[in-house]
Amino acid sequence: MAIRRGRGVAAINYPTGMNLGGDPTQALVHSTPTGNFMVTLSSVDLGQGMKQIMAQICAETIGVPTDRVIVDTADTDTGPHCMGTFASRGTHRAGNAVIQAAREARQVMLEVAAEELEVNASDLETDGQGNILVKGAPQRSISIFDVALSAHFKRGRSISGRGMFLIPRSYPEKETGAMKPSTCYAHACTVAEVEVDDETGEVTVLTVRNVFEIGRALNPKMVEQQLVGGSWMAISHALYETTEPYYPDRDHGGTDFNQYLMPGPGDLAQTEIIVLERPSADGPFGAKGPGEMCANPQIPAVANAVFDAVGVRIDTLPITPERILRALKAQASN
Amino acid sequence: MAKIPVQFMLNGAEKAEFIDSGTTLLNALRDKIGDTSPKGGCHQGTCGACSVIIDGELRLSCLTLAETCNGAAITTTSGLSQGGVLHPLQRAFLDAFATQCGFCTPGMLMAAKVLLDHTPDPSRDEVVEALSGNICRCTGYEPIIQAVLTAARSNSQNAA
Repeated sequence: MAIRRGRGVAAINYPTGMNLGGDPTQALVHSTPTGNFMVTLSSVDLGQGMKQIMAQICAETIGVPTDRVIVDTADTDTGPHCMGTFASRGTHRAGNAVIQAAREARQVMLEVAAEELEVNASDLETDGQGNILVKGAPQRSISIFDVALSAHFKRGRSISGRGMFLIPRSYPEKETGAMKPSTCYAHACTVAEVEVDDETGEVTVLTVRNVFEIGRALNPKMVEQQLVGGSWMAISHALYETTEPYYPDRDHGGTDFNQYLMPGPGDLAQTEIIVLERPSADGPFGAKGPGEMCANPQIPAVANAVFDAVGVRIDTLPITPERILRALKAQASN
Repeated sequence: MAKIPVQFMLNGAEKAEFIDSGTTLLNALRDKIGDTSPKGGCHQGTCGACSVIIDGELRLSCLTLAETCNGAAITTTSGLSQGGVLHPLQRAFLDAFATQCGFCTPGMLMAAKVLLDHTPDPSRDEVVEALSGNICRCTGYEPIIQAVLTAARSNSQNAA
């Protein structure tokens, strides 16, 4: 009887969004009378940072500072259509829709500015600070604040745009069954080190080293936050959490936090995160979806590390002491 | 059934309310007084989201009867910022990206504040111990632990 150490590796490809019947998201962008921009979505910010990312995307496209953009989300009664915030699709689908809507709004904004400055709209550019300048003659400029006032009160224009991003449904080819469930994939790889007590079956995760390839990180700190939290959540799913410990039997399933194992801050493995950026061809500014994939490779990596440590394959989650001891017993009797 | 009068200080302001006997402090704060910063997670004392500070001690407001709080001084997360200036813990949580969905955050802040009030320069183990009654789904805890340690350092620098 001993503490045995093992190391396991796992790698994943993870699709951004899904494609069960076409996967659309719409966005609307309009300016307020004072030249702030409103993005209206039905997508949800549930803490992953949707509002911040959509504000960045809209601001970058229109050419204004991010704090000039207000994002209104999550009222499906009144907002434009969104399939939802799931499947790591938010940044990719809604971001593309916001780009399209913001481009249309930018075009109207430049047309109004062109009338005010008596030049062609194609001769104008934005400085990213809230001003529109004549290319090559930046002394001729107008603030977006004044453009919005002009549009609203003088020229009767609505500085607004509509965006729609749709991944059309992909049907399997009849001959081969091949289909295209997603247009871009994120990737990740984890190496986990564990200690397994072969007397008690307890697993301690020592280190979790992750590398994630997530397209362009539109907000690097928020990407890191997502990956750090996701890596821990995966370890929790690998070893502790389940509502059905004897699935499919519901007996003994936890019904509250007295019975459902939810690790606290004392149960952390040393965790390393490395981000690789390989921009996607069809993502907004090259983004993919890091949302769900961040909690995937750690689980098979831990299972492989347990195998490396004590030589038993646990193929049911979570990898509990009971499952390890039963597997060790079966191994010994073979 | 007769209502019971209850009176206490909430974040430095006197509050008085008539409540039904058996009302938890959590429900009294949220539904009667209108301070929704304590969150109702499990309503059985296992998640820590409802944590508040009563007379300097960390308490679970979902397990505390409001009628036992007569005359008490209660602090909630609503009382942390002063005149629009964030408390050092709030600042540190923001800077460390220690919050995502935000549901556990008020309870984490309360637990961290009681720790720093009693132990201004805690070790990492002391931070972990202080937060061990609060669970978080999103962050993996490490950013929260780092935020509390950072707030402790900024407090000690300000005091020096």
